[in-house]
Amino acid sequence: MDWKKYLIVFILTAGVFGSALYVSNTLNGKKLTELKSIEDKLSIDILSSEVQYSLLEELSCNQVTTSVLSDELSSLADKITYSEENLGANSDQISQLKQSYSLLEIKDYLLMKKISERCNKKSVFVLYFYSNEDACPDCVKQGYILTDLRQAYPELRVYSFDYNLNLSAVKAMISIYKVPSDLPGLVINGQVYSGLQTREQIESVLKLKLQTKTPTATKTKVQQ
Amino acid sequence: MPIQEIVFYGLSFLSIYVQIFLLITFIERRKEIKYRTGQHIDLKEYPSVTVVVPCWNEEKTIGGTIESLLALDYPSDKVNIILVDDGSTDNTWNVMQGYIGNPQITAYQKENGGKHTAMNLGISKTTTPFIGCLDADSFVDHQALKRIMTYFDDTEVMAVSPAIIVTKPKNVVQRIQKIEYHWGIYTKKMLGLNGAIHVAPGPFSIIRTSVFAKIGNFKKAHNTEDMEIAYRMQANHMKIEHANDAFVYTVTPNTVKKLYKQRLRWIYGFIQNTIDYRRLLFKKEYGNFGYFTLPSGVLSVVSVVFIFFFTIYNIGHFIVQQTIKISTVGVSLPTATHIFDPFYINTKAITIVTLVLYGTVILAMLIGSRMAEGKPKFSFSFIWFFIIYSVIAPFWLMKAVYNTVFAKKTAWR
Repeated sequence: MDWKKYLIVFILTAGVFGSALYVSNTLNGKKLTELKSIEDKLSIDILSSEVQYSLLEELSCNQVTTSVLSDELSSLADKITYSEENLGANSDQISQLKQSYSLLEIKDYLLMKKISERCNKKSVFVLYFYSNEDACPDCVKQGYILTDLRQAYPELRVYSFDYNLNLSAVKAMISIYKVPSDLPGLVINGQVYSGLQTREQIESVLKLKLQTKTPTATKTKVQQ
Repeated sequence: MPIQEIVFYGLSFLSIYVQIFLLITFIERRKEIKYRTGQHIDLKEYPSVTVVVPCWNEEKTIGGTIESLLALDYPSDKVNIILVDDGSTDNTWNVMQGYIGNPQITAYQKENGGKHTAMNLGISKTTTPFIGCLDADSFVDHQALKRIMTYFDDTEVMAVSPAIIVTKPKNVVQRIQKIEYHWGIYTKKMLGLNGAIHVAPGPFSIIRTSVFAKIGNFKKAHNTEDMEIAYRMQANHMKIEHANDAFVYTVTPNTVKKLYKQRLRWIYGFIQNTIDYRRLLFKKEYGNFGYFTLPSGVLSVVSVVFIFFFTIYNIGHFIVQQTIKISTVGVSLPTATHIFDPFYINTKAITIVTLVLYGTVILAMLIGSRMAEGKPKFSFSFIWFFIIYSVIAPFWLMKAVYNTVFAKKTAWR
């Protein structure tokens, strides 16, 4: 018996196997770096909007950029969701990305709310609190419904937050709006709804909110 | 990490190990591999060989089989052909009668008793030092016997198996088998170099007649007597070689149904013979046969079945997700950004490992095609091979396992 051969083959196999894992890890790492750079860019964009807002007194409302960020936030949300599902090995980094993404969302939400009030723009803001699949089986459905509604109602701005995310700002939002742990949870223009809301239920609320306002072409985002 | 992923990585690691083991053998011992195409071979002596042709309803192919034997580049007085009609119900016996009178040929007719009984009748009539078998659906290359006999210069070699090639593939089912048989030549040669061959195939394996006196005749062996004899030879420390350039052309199943039946018999035979000879597993005295061939075979059965269920699970998960989505919001197409954004290219470790595994298998297939045809040839049939086998192989494997567990026997046809 040529035990040496068995050992050499084992070492080679471990090398090949390890290289495959290394390649995967490197490529996944690059994806996370890409996400980080998108977040950095968004952060600058939001800062820019905030500065614009501060200058509002000197600018007319239609000169303020409000629709650019939402698409990018939406695309970022999709990528973070994809990463969470597929790049599990890097969960610490993903968790960090989610935290800064949530902060960007809150900043965007606060800014858009102010601009909406100040410039009389007619938007509906939905804060959507979800949890992972096991803890909240209905969240998958709620995500699909909100994505679908977002396409039907451009006035809708959806901000999604992981209910269990370890971030004080998100915890503060949960506490301010008294979002119960019965997920999914929605806060539509300040009003709290708990448990799965069907498309029809949300639509009826939306129509009510939009009745008193003129629709505008504001874009939105959603996390499934 | 979910349990199914851990199992996937474990099986992938072992499967890559098997391929690297064979590849290292190839690199290490490539100079020992003979390619004598176009070379004239003169043997020091030409020992007499008897070729037994067991037949059961082979009226259409038996003539070609006999003609190919008569055309062998080997002294005709040294080649005896024993035709055994194993109770055919067609015109086989009459076709055989046409050859009576040829001094090389004798023919026997008996009641149907299975291939092993036909072979054993042939053995009982054999007086030569070497005996071979040629299934009546196979044809020998005229240089095959000479090339095989050179291996017997080594007095320790007790049997030599040939390189089996699919003859004139006519449809995709036969074309994918052609690739598989080419791959088989490489694998068998590497096993041969490691003294670990597990089958002396019906098409033209040549065995020293003394072997049967020492370890007994063919057995029914779950309709895989050619596998069992190799197991028994390994159990008795008898050396089996593989003549990679001694070509035998064989007719292969031309429909999925026929292929299924053939493979069910092979895999069932493999499982049963491995159970019968389990004492050889991981025993140092049986060398690479016990440490490599048998475990690799078991690994391939387990892996294919596991990957089948793993894939079904993943497809099922996808269908459940899509059903929830459609039932909630109706049908919608994926957004264009998801399709074109390189971010969404799958770079999961599981995917890369799968690609590496497929890479090692394709490399082995290319080496096999080079050994069979002189140069590595990639064709579309490779893709068909992976698609068709990954869909249908799990079924014959699972049925073979089922038959083993519930003690059901497989039929020849």
